[in-house]
Amino acid sequence: MSLKIVVLAKQVPDTRNVGPDAMTEQGTINRAALPAVFNPEDLNALEQALRLKDQFPGSTISVVTMGLPKSAEVIREALYRGADEGFVVTDRVLGGADTLATSYTLAQAIKKVGNYDIILCGRQAIDGDTAQVGPQIAQKLGLTQVTYAEEILSLDESARKVVIRRLIDGGVETVEAPLPLVVTVNGSAAPCRPRNAKRVMKYKKATAVAERAPEQAEAYAALIAVKPFMDIPQWGAADIEADPNQIGKAGSPTNVKAVKNIVFKAKESRTLTASDADVEGLIKELLEEKIIG
Amino acid sequence: MNNVFVYCEIEGTTVKDVSLELLSKGRKLANTLGVKLECICAASGIDGIEKQVFPYGVDKVHVFDAEGLFPYTTNPHASLVINLFKEEQPQICLMGATVIGRDLGPRISAATHSGLTADCTELEIDSFEMSIGGVKKYYENQLCQIRPAFGGNIVATIVNPEHRPQMATVREGVMKKEILDPNYKGEVVKHDVAKYVPEAEYVVKVLERHVEAAKNNLKSAPIVVAGGYGMGSKENFDMLFELAKELHGEVGASRAAIDAGFVDHDRQIGQTGLTVRPKVYIACGISGQIQHISGMQDSGIIISVNNDPEAPINAIADYVINGNVEEVVPKLIKYYKANNK
Repeated sequence: MSLKIVVLAKQVPDTRNVGPDAMTEQGTINRAALPAVFNPEDLNALEQALRLKDQFPGSTISVVTMGLPKSAEVIREALYRGADEGFVVTDRVLGGADTLATSYTLAQAIKKVGNYDIILCGRQAIDGDTAQVGPQIAQKLGLTQVTYAEEILSLDESARKVVIRRLIDGGVETVEAPLPLVVTVNGSAAPCRPRNAKRVMKYKKATAVAERAPEQAEAYAALIAVKPFMDIPQWGAADIEADPNQIGKAGSPTNVKAVKNIVFKAKESRTLTASDADVEGLIKELLEEKIIG
Repeated sequence: MNNVFVYCEIEGTTVKDVSLELLSKGRKLANTLGVKLECICAASGIDGIEKQVFPYGVDKVHVFDAEGLFPYTTNPHASLVINLFKEEQPQICLMGATVIGRDLGPRISAATHSGLTADCTELEIDSFEMSIGGVKKYYENQLCQIRPAFGGNIVATIVNPEHRPQMATVREGVMKKEILDPNYKGEVVKHDVAKYVPEAEYVVKVLERHVEAAKNNLKSAPIVVAGGYGMGSKENFDMLFELAKELHGEVGASRAAIDAGFVDHDRQIGQTGLTVRPKVYIACGISGQIQHISGMQDSGIIISVNNDPEAPINAIADYVINGNVEEVVPKLIKYYKANNK
């Protein structure tokens, strides 16, 4: 038996190694200083998918991303690493979505992919750290879920059950869950395998419509006629039959009321140097006042 | 109806600290709104559980006691909360930003089409005028969910005036656990679990489960020596462990240091890690993004060791030592040893 696996991936600004240039002088995010990357835990999810595919030959991995047109980059990256196909969900009307509108949109896209056995995604994305989209998709699709997964230990095709090790607060547990299922994968899971050079050669020129210059349309059409895999299917809100009231800003119950820069009220602080006298003086003072010791 | 609800997490038959902290916060919110505080306790063999929560000012405990409700699995708990909320129509629901709260909260929000704000650092009630979908209205007594947002020194206030319940998750240690009245008595409602959880919802089986006590004592350590990305390496963190050992303290870290692999993730201090309030906080090579500061700003004495005199953390420090951590930390160890007799 083979499995139909869906992996959700998000392109995110790399907030992990934020340097001093990450903020503008006005206190806003300097996006130019933060490269867009494959959300790290989504890569852990992709690896779990690839392992299932290794184990059940003939399985297919479909990657779905929602974002700006350039988020097709994560689809290519997934194709390089072994995914079979990918879909970019992009549309102006999807902008301003909170987690609930995002999960609705992705759930609609997953329905369009169809016939899924298992849906894998990262536990959370590093640009928001909310960990909400996976469970919200599960609820919307009427599926159960296993969050904080570390490893898919086994999958029984005939019983349609999967055994997963997951993190819990202060420990780990092993659970058995039925397919179809949503699994969110934790960063402590196995890292994703690297790109495969042959697959990079095959897919490096694959594009989504939104990435192509209009004057190249004909050239692309000719290319795709011969090599259909050069087209990364792109879906708008209409393609996934999205209810306009449940997407974008309109479908988002949360509103940002205020964003403020924080200016810490400076305490009366004492500034010392690294000299022996200064450091020893501080230690003596803290000891005398019984703050330490 | 329209009360403040807290979903209580239960380990075995004990309500977890994070939930008791939220009850204390929920009590204050309920007072401001002039409504009742209710909570949900769902597990197995929890007769008398109300005694654990009443002292925090709970007016009504919804008890769901049945086989299969402990250990926690998603569907039965989601099902009972969703069905209870259909009857009770709470205006606010608070949950721990724990593995359980983060597993359950999003399902409730998806089922009720309500907003959920993760990892809040403050919650308050406010009235304001706001334009939503082009319509300007005055909204009274809304829950303002405050959280540091991506990118550094900004704090966002999130509201969801058009949807109920207003939901928020909060990490352990962020709110203060305060007994309101040891003799406080509320109402206990024992629900028929089968009415709320169809048999078909018990789909996930827990085969094996290991819970260990925390590996470190960071939460209650009187002295915390914390390192940031500026520590430069895992090896340099050894100096911090040595200093912490001398001071009888614990080692913490900023997220940047954790992401760089300098130290284990269970030592993370900040919005998405632990919140600590030690007597002394020694920040070594930590620049002090708001996400970090929100997890340590209530510390008694803050000492910042940094070679950047402009590091934001210096603004909240009582002592700033301008210098390289490699130079200063060994000196702190040396002079502590020399002077502590």
